[in-house]
Amino acid sequence: MAQMNMIQALNSAMDIKLGQDPSVVVLGEDVGYFGGVFRVTDGLQRKYGESRVMDSPIAEGGIIAAAIGMAVNGLRPVAEIQFADYIYPGYDQIVSELARIRYRSAGEFSAPVTVRTPCGGGIRGGQTHSQSPEALFVHVAGLKVVMPSNPYDAKGLLIAAIETDDPVIYFEPKRIYNGPFDGDAHKPAVPWSTHPKGEVPDGHFTVPIGKAEVTRAGNDLTIVTYGTMVHVCDAAAKGLGLDAEIIDVRTMVPLDVDTICASVARTGRCVIVHEATRFGGFGAELSATIQENCFWNLLAPILRVAGYDTPYPHAFEWEYFPGQVRISKALKAVMEAS
Amino acid sequence: MAKKSRLHVPKTPTRPGDAPDFSYLKLSPAGKVARPDAGSPASEIRYLCEGLVRVLDDDHRAVGPWHPHLDAPELQVGLRHMLLTRVFDDRMQRIQRSGKISFYMRSYGEEAVSVAMAMALKPSDMLFPSYRNQGLYVVRGRPILDLMCQCLSNTRDMCKGRQLPVMYHWREGNIFSISGNLATQFPQAVGWAMAAAIKNQDDLAVSWIGEGSSAAADFHHALLFASVYKAPVILCVVNNQWAISTFQGHAGGERETFAARGPGYGIAGVRVDGNDFLAVHAVTQWAAERARTGRGPTLIEHVTYRASAHSTSDDPARYRPKDDYQEFPLGDPVERLKNHLISLGEWSDARHQALAAELEDQVAASWKEAVSYGTLTEAPRLDPGLMFEDVFAEMPEHLRRQEAEMRAEMAGE
Repeated sequence: MAQMNMIQALNSAMDIKLGQDPSVVVLGEDVGYFGGVFRVTDGLQRKYGESRVMDSPIAEGGIIAAAIGMAVNGLRPVAEIQFADYIYPGYDQIVSELARIRYRSAGEFSAPVTVRTPCGGGIRGGQTHSQSPEALFVHVAGLKVVMPSNPYDAKGLLIAAIETDDPVIYFEPKRIYNGPFDGDAHKPAVPWSTHPKGEVPDGHFTVPIGKAEVTRAGNDLTIVTYGTMVHVCDAAAKGLGLDAEIIDVRTMVPLDVDTICASVARTGRCVIVHEATRFGGFGAELSATIQENCFWNLLAPILRVAGYDTPYPHAFEWEYFPGQVRISKALKAVMEAS
Repeated sequence: MAKKSRLHVPKTPTRPGDAPDFSYLKLSPAGKVARPDAGSPASEIRYLCEGLVRVLDDDHRAVGPWHPHLDAPELQVGLRHMLLTRVFDDRMQRIQRSGKISFYMRSYGEEAVSVAMAMALKPSDMLFPSYRNQGLYVVRGRPILDLMCQCLSNTRDMCKGRQLPVMYHWREGNIFSISGNLATQFPQAVGWAMAAAIKNQDDLAVSWIGEGSSAAADFHHALLFASVYKAPVILCVVNNQWAISTFQGHAGGERETFAARGPGYGIAGVRVDGNDFLAVHAVTQWAAERARTGRGPTLIEHVTYRASAHSTSDDPARYRPKDDYQEFPLGDPVERLKNHLISLGEWSDARHQALAAELEDQVAASWKEAVSYGTLTEAPRLDPGLMFEDVFAEMPEHLRRQEAEMRAEMAGE
């Protein structure tokens, strides 16, 4: 076991897969010599060479399309899109191609591509470096969609993503690359070494795609969330002294309905939290699924806490961010109902 | 040896620890590239994509057929604009280091591209800049104060707190809103120019992207639409050699010049010394004449160098030689125009120092005023309710509700 932050954990996952499997390649903008603008691929080109860890032209559509072609020819590309906000030029290749190649060719062709991309705000990145566009991908049939909330899961899920035979959109919440974040930007940063999930095995292991995790067991209510917001929700629940059960979704597609619904059926109360905009967000899918499965167990309406339905505003980042105050209000409302 | 395909990876000429080496750059002596008639068909002037249009020679004289014969006062204004751009950039860089703004991007070493071009265009020509064209604002007369207030996201911020620093816009000055996403403005400029043609306007559109961004599909959309509709547009690739850590070879510069992408689309391409104020001015005039006389688009490649880091989030010492810029064979645009004016007897070191001091004072005074309107973290602040405005022309009900929720949250209700 070693202490790792998320950057090191992701790096370790790629290092292991590049070492084990000659078909694994890494490509993206600045990922080679420089090691990525967030340093996630640091040292990999030096170790595995320029033909396996490639600096690509600035063309996200080209990166995704080339990764598809490589995958069709037997490679397992791990493509980095430098910010999730830059993924849209590759969207057609992801939605119309990557997601459907297996289906349209009746299984004769497939493209096991992992698309890694940093997402989320809280870094003063403005509207072009802060987005959480996961809802735009969960709606597309044929894509697995993942977002870890800690270094242990980051490594295990990335290895699982590279090994899976389906395309995976792998979101990395960049606000927690270096440490868990409880939503209070005025507090000093906390490193991952203070968190149990900062302990990560050195070698190969996987966290299964499709399994949620109960990060905190409790009886009062269920909070369903993922990414950075797992930590913000934890702080909010503690702040209110609630015996909340917190479920880290980890994999949005395929969704672990059983873990989520078993919890809500037991607690009877549920709040869903994500940083992405609210309208048509992944929270709507969660809410509908829970309602369909747990309606007769519910003691209160399911509430959603999310970013407002505006672009991510540079100067009003903390008014926009769904922090502890907004979450606590929803938790109280759900606890006070009936 | 058996012939086999091997993945070719473009070579980066120098990395940290290496001596600077620009032998890969194809240069032409000043004055050597012929100046064709502005009406020449693209196919007959392909040599403009291979050579390098230069006017200022090593002895600081203006020579050759592209000499624009600008008078001394105009050159002095150009020098002033470039120097003001640089002084402003330097100041904002230092301020970012002190934490008062979140981010900054300098145009150090590339000032001639924006300043000479804007001076060669009409004020009614529409500009679609990238994030390294602050000289356009200086030429068109937007006060430095306003640019600072944008960077501060303060109560006088033209973007109302919504954009990262340097993502300016100026409708009255005919400068389009800067996007943080790359290359998007390039085909938009073509669309603007198509509209100008539809409306029988005499104005043209101009856009800039980095050579790195020319990899994006939007670059090719721009060239294709410009060619198909013969749009009155000037499209510029600012080849500053580096896209963050990635050398221009990775954008396709290893085999062909960026200007040479024009003729493939039937568009005139010109490669110009981007650090030569006179050459940039002359090439812009030539391209503008083509556009205004119905000869359609021009693709200009400005050969220059990104003398500073990509942004304040970047550290170029990790991927290129430290003093690369000192050895760049096309020199520094400010120094070159200054030395030219001195050689004409129209400038002196003393006048230059006095101008620099004056501009430093101007920028310092602007900064003092700018912070009086608030900073990103200090009062006075913009009303956060502004985040809900301009999402739509009229605010829909769900945003009204969310604004009320936000105000209640802020009030501790």
